[in-house]
Amino acid sequence: MINDNKETAGGENSMIRMSNVKKSFGDKHILRGINLEVKKGESLVVIGGSGTGKSVLLKNILGILEPDEGTIEVDGHVTTHVRGRARVELMHKFGMLFQGAALFDSLPVWENVAFGLIHGEKMPKGQAREIAVEKINAVGLSAQRVADLYPAELSGGMQKRVGLARAIATSPEIIFFDEPTTGLDPIMADVINDLIVESVKGLGATALSITHDMASARKIADKVAMIYEGEIIWCGDIKDLDNSGNPYVDQFIHGRAEGPISKHSDFAKTAKSHA
Amino acid sequence: MPFTIVLNIFAAVGQSFLSFFAAVGRLFVFAAKAVGHIFAPPFFGRITLKQFMDIGYYSLPVVGMTTLFTGMVLALQSYTGFTRFNAEGAIASVVVLSITRELAPVLAGLMVAGRVGASIAAEIATMRVTEQIDALVTLSVNPYKYLIVPRIVAGTLMLPILVLIGDIIGIMGGYIVSVHALDFSVGSYLKQTFDVLQAADVISGLVKAAVFGFIVTLMGCYHGFHSGRGAQGVGAATTNAVVSASILILIFNYVLTQVFFS
Repeated sequence: MINDNKETAGGENSMIRMSNVKKSFGDKHILRGINLEVKKGESLVVIGGSGTGKSVLLKNILGILEPDEGTIEVDGHVTTHVRGRARVELMHKFGMLFQGAALFDSLPVWENVAFGLIHGEKMPKGQAREIAVEKINAVGLSAQRVADLYPAELSGGMQKRVGLARAIATSPEIIFFDEPTTGLDPIMADVINDLIVESVKGLGATALSITHDMASARKIADKVAMIYEGEIIWCGDIKDLDNSGNPYVDQFIHGRAEGPISKHSDFAKTAKSHA
Repeated sequence: MPFTIVLNIFAAVGQSFLSFFAAVGRLFVFAAKAVGHIFAPPFFGRITLKQFMDIGYYSLPVVGMTTLFTGMVLALQSYTGFTRFNAEGAIASVVVLSITRELAPVLAGLMVAGRVGASIAAEIATMRVTEQIDALVTLSVNPYKYLIVPRIVAGTLMLPILVLIGDIIGIMGGYIVSVHALDFSVGSYLKQTFDVLQAADVISGLVKAAVFGFIVTLMGCYHGFHSGRGAQGVGAATTNAVVSASILILIFNYVLTQVFFS
């Protein structure tokens, strides 16, 4: 069902492959030829400043946005322009933790977590609730206390945990994390990072995260890629990050104001609002 | 120099026309997609039932009050005018025909546009801003089926029911004023009401109501779904939903009246 079952030229081990992906909004060129590969079971973290195209990159893979040029392959199938029912089927492979958790206000916590099971996988509600309770406990919350609360009754950290429980509830093969620690205090951020590592390794899933929090990147990444002005300018193992030899990466990971990255390089911010 | 000014004016006018037609095109594509999804599974029955309650049941007090007082005012105003020509006997006819053919569907449509259209636009726009719509996609749920179809189905089916109830309440309002304030006899007022009323009057009003219900929910969903970012985006979506739905209701009211009664 996924497109025309066109196999990729890439290795069998590749879970996500982006080749020369470009995306513009009007005259704002956000992705200017992204080439990126995430192998099965690998955790890749894309780092980069605000407005450099990180979220647009994720949304292109998810099909929320459609690339203007280039090819996206998921698990060996070209998915660049997959739409409709085939896209819905493809999404069964994915789970995602959103920056603001993106929990459904009108549903209690357990139903948020079980949403993909009930509506995506057509599981009976009772069975879905059991799994939701298990996942809520797995992310360090007491299901007994929070399962029937609404998202507005939870703190930011608790919402992130529920978002994580929802992302892993369907045991997806690929999990995306969009700025998982933004807006959290350092301790809660570390708790979320630990949970991400546990969840991803526990499921044997492939993870693609975007962040500008270097502590988070160092904790959850096997590999790191840096995006700058819509292009991947460096990609390598996490152990090589401090010796990348790339002045842009060095400036970013050390948070220096002085360096090749212009202070006015947030050109993409405006366009991000279109995403 | 004058040539450049004229050219700029034409360019601005042309740009406005192009933007308008582009917006109309986007709306038609959105409506076609929404209608297409109505007939294809999966169906979200529980969500649709909830919308029936939100759009139908909870709008009943607003529609009931509006039609009640409209019927009462109509009887009073008709009496004031008709006594000049000794035509008080026509008040029942005026009330029943005005309410069923025009006032109940149009006023109910406008009231529901204010109550439901605004609420739909604000809710969906907030979901857009907080990435809840993107979350639906990642959870293998089509946002059209989950968010748009239940609201459009509920709006299209519930507004005729609201208008039917509004018809009864509005006619009752005219009856109360005529009988209790203007001293009409109960028998003659009711006889005249039922003599003049035909099924086509009520049916035309209900068809209008179904169209208005579709318009209100479609505009709410469309503007919410395509909302801009932030609080300002949500506010603009809400305003645009109510204003566009209200204007379209008045335009389609004329078109449908022309079709039914010309």
